[in-house]
Amino acid sequence: MRSIWRTLGPVWRRHIALLCLADAVVGASFGALAMGSGLPGWLPVLLSLVVFAGAAQFMFVGILAAGGNPFAAVAAGLLVNARHLPFGFAVREAIGHGWLRRLVGSHLMADETVAFTLAEADPARRRVVYWATGMALFVCWNLGVLLGVYGGTVVHDTDALGLDAAFPAVLVAVVLPALRDPVTRRAALVGAAVALAATTVLPAGLPVLLALVGVLFAVRWGRAKPSPDGSGVLP
Amino acid sequence: MTSTPTLVLAALVLAVGTLAFRLAGPALSSRVELSAEVGRLMSTAAVVLLTALVAVTALTQGHGFAGVARPAGVGVAALLAWRRAPFVLVVLGAAATAAGLRLLGLP
Repeated sequence: MRSIWRTLGPVWRRHIALLCLADAVVGASFGALAMGSGLPGWLPVLLSLVVFAGAAQFMFVGILAAGGNPFAAVAAGLLVNARHLPFGFAVREAIGHGWLRRLVGSHLMADETVAFTLAEADPARRRVVYWATGMALFVCWNLGVLLGVYGGTVVHDTDALGLDAAFPAVLVAVVLPALRDPVTRRAALVGAAVALAATTVLPAGLPVLLALVGVLFAVRWGRAKPSPDGSGVLP
Repeated sequence: MTSTPTLVLAALVLAVGTLAFRLAGPALSSRVELSAEVGRLMSTAAVVLLTALVAVTALTQGHGFAGVARPAGVGVAALLAWRRAPFVLVVLGAAATAAGLRLLGLP
């Protein structure tokens, strides 16, 4: 862990630290919200350790808190997490080989980890970025949730702090360089439009998956390339 | 309220299912050798999914529009990122814009 942190360099360390801070606050709000809805305190902690996927956790707890069926809560959570399937194919080289590495590395997969990893052009450094981001987020997210559960009302309203804008902002900063490639950009814009249209009628999770329709446009009109210089906001 | 064993079971089923989604790519890669073309498509698919995630989380809440503050915050972030502003500034700019607009009474 220490050698990974050193290899990372100061710029990536700063990016990851900031991401960690934002995620810890969101984690704290998740813990507080779960407690506030009358669910037992161990549930948000258990979910954060074994599921480790923010959107699915919010959905799972939200459905249970509304008096929903546990089957519905599991199904909704799985629907939201289905996007990790293509993520796994995209970052498999960064995770590495060997069953233990694959098992642990896969568990650390998160939107931000995948986005950071794909923003790094060098394959060897991709591995370092993936593992450092994954481990740091796992620790910060779970500490945040603990704080929310046992600190109670540390964070009342993350929306008042504008934190609901922070998550999409992180992803914007990270995917923007990849969107400099015209083929990828066309695919992404078509996908985003499809997802937005579907959001008005379909349950959460499904619209984002439907965005994969956009990939067909990358196949149809030329091959997708990584961004030419691999540079952008991130190193 | 749902019983404790049911809650534990539900959390574990969600955990195992999620891990299965995550593990499929890395686990299959030792048996299935993906061509460079397919590998590139997978990266494109990840970027497409992340972009859609940005659009949906920035603009919508439930089945409707998210209001003004959050999309404005993300818009400021996109502008800052496009101008290659430091990452810290991009994230803080988004949060500050959204928080500021809400302070002014915008949803």
